[in-house]
Amino acid sequence: MIEATYAVLVLAFVLFGVRMAKGPTLADRVIALDGMLVAGIGVLLVNAMDTGRGAFLQVAVLLALVGFISTSVIARFIEGRGE
Amino acid sequence: MVGQVLALFGAVLTLLAAIGVLRFPDVLSRMHALTKASTLGFVLVAVGVAFELRTANDITSALLAAGLQILTLPVAANLIARSAYLAEGIPHRVDTVDELADARTDTDP
Repeated sequence: MIEATYAVLVLAFVLFGVRMAKGPTLADRVIALDGMLVAGIGVLLVNAMDTGRGAFLQVAVLLALVGFISTSVIARFIEGRGE
Repeated sequence: MVGQVLALFGAVLTLLAAIGVLRFPDVLSRMHALTKASTLGFVLVAVGVAFELRTANDITSALLAAGLQILTLPVAANLIARSAYLAEGIPHRVDTVDELADARTDTDP
């Protein structure tokens, strides 16, 4: 079951990556990047469940914070620049 | 076992968000798909992982990540939607009530 969880999360990551490559606007790419972060943090958490060791959980917390900050900064940037 | 089922369910919700982001036609609907499905999906994954872990340190880390995502994902989605609406050249379509129509004419960023 853990393998299936990994597979589903990686598939979601790849689909977000396709949207990020296709664009067409900067806002689409930011949304896709946000989704990739969510899927990546999910993989980190599932890895902690898989191995039973929580060494990567702090990375998950940190990535959640950094993802929010980068998204809001890029949102300001889009509002000024357009497209 | 319960944790594994919860984590799988959350992963499926994240996959649904990815399909929505890939297939929906414009920025606002993609943002809608991402932020609703993946917030719940991520929280389910984190709670499922917290079920399976043993030490209190690990459990609080997983739940802290979940809490941070609950707090920040909707705010980030709101910021992105607002800036995409106000920016020039990003196509969007609002069906019924357009509550940002005033902000569009008044703002000078």
